Amino acid sequence: MKTDELVSLLARGAQSPDRGAATRRAVLALSAAGLLALAFTATVLGLRADWFGQSPASALFLREAYCTCLSIAGLLAARRLALPGRRVGALAWGLVVPIALMWALAVVTLLQAPAAARPGLILGSTAAVCPWLIAVVATPIFVALLWLARGLAPTRLAAAGALAGFASGACGALIYTLHCPELAAPFLAVWYLLGMLIPTAVGFVLGPRLLRW
Amino acid sequence: MQSSEERLRGLLIRGLAGDEAAYHGFLQDLSAHVRAFLRKRLSRLPDDVEDLVQETLLAVHNQRHTYDPQQPLTAWVYALARYKLVDLLRRRARRDLLHDPLDEESELLAVSDGEAGEAKRDLARLLDTLPERQRVAIVCVKLEGLSVAETARRTGISEASVKVGIHRGLKALAARLRTPR
Repeated sequence: MKTDELVSLLARGAQSPDRGAATRRAVLALSAAGLLALAFTATVLGLRADWFGQSPASALFLREAYCTCLSIAGLLAARRLALPGRRVGALAWGLVVPIALMWALAVVTLLQAPAAARPGLILGSTAAVCPWLIAVVATPIFVALLWLARGLAPTRLAAAGALAGFASGACGALIYTLHCPELAAPFLAVWYLLGMLIPTAVGFVLGPRLLRW
Repeated sequence: MQSSEERLRGLLIRGLAGDEAAYHGFLQDLSAHVRAFLRKRLSRLPDDVEDLVQETLLAVHNQRHTYDPQQPLTAWVYALARYKLVDLLRRRARRDLLHDPLDEESELLAVSDGEAGEAKRDLARLLDTLPERQRVAIVCVKLEGLSVAETARRTGISEASVKVGIHRGLKALAARLRTPR
């Protein structure tokens, strides 16, 4: 077939693309994955009992805001990188600023604390499991985001995979807070970030293989 | 260059809104730009140029829902053409041929070559290898020019299935172009 004939074939009777379809797919896939992650957290891990109990509301709010900001910026950035020729651009600030602020707060917290209390602020009581549990909770969302990216047309596959991983990690961390007892900024700065970086690294490695089209 | 971007973008946006003639003009013009771009990059694999032009056009068509009208058309088309080029070289394990730095985005619409070469793979023959429903939908609507409603009546398939058949068939065609011959 000649290229001119292909052009005629493609143009003839071409329907306007259904732009709502991609949005509907995304909402459905992310809701299903979010519910799965929620169900895992609620049944296997168990929810924190003292949500409105003794923990200071400001620390609780800070942790939720941190994870929410990174989830939103991460999802928007992952969507951009799943489209041809789009860049993360100014959205990168939405990722960098919350992380930088949390690290700044962690440093201030550590400086103000007595030396003997510092290891406890960093390690909490769950440092050994926290990043892994975040990665596990993130898994259904990670799978959903990779599936959604395959339905678009990413052209930088490692970056698209990494951002899908990071976004799922941030969403996973947000859901994991329903279980997690830790509130100290140094803990969140280190172990929550590490938890988000696990799926990021996996996405970076698997992206070129899984997202090819 | 500026005018190519503006003109082609206008044609595509009208095309996406359902103006078939504008869409045809867009693909026609674009194929010349993509051909010139690829001919320069694939000077050592000249026989592959026309196949890759066709593959890129199929990608542009199949992925047209990913174009954001706010976005420069050049960036979008360049990303698709470059992806298809790198994909071909990777398939051939010939990344060494990629000497030119591939960041010359602005160049894509600045060059044009209307002289089509011969494609090595015949899309018409690949079309015959598609599942029956997809093949029939594409032949009736895309080759014979019947409307979706007429095709549905003639074949006894629902209109929705005809549309899905075309959509999936063109995607399958693009996938088949990538498999080693």
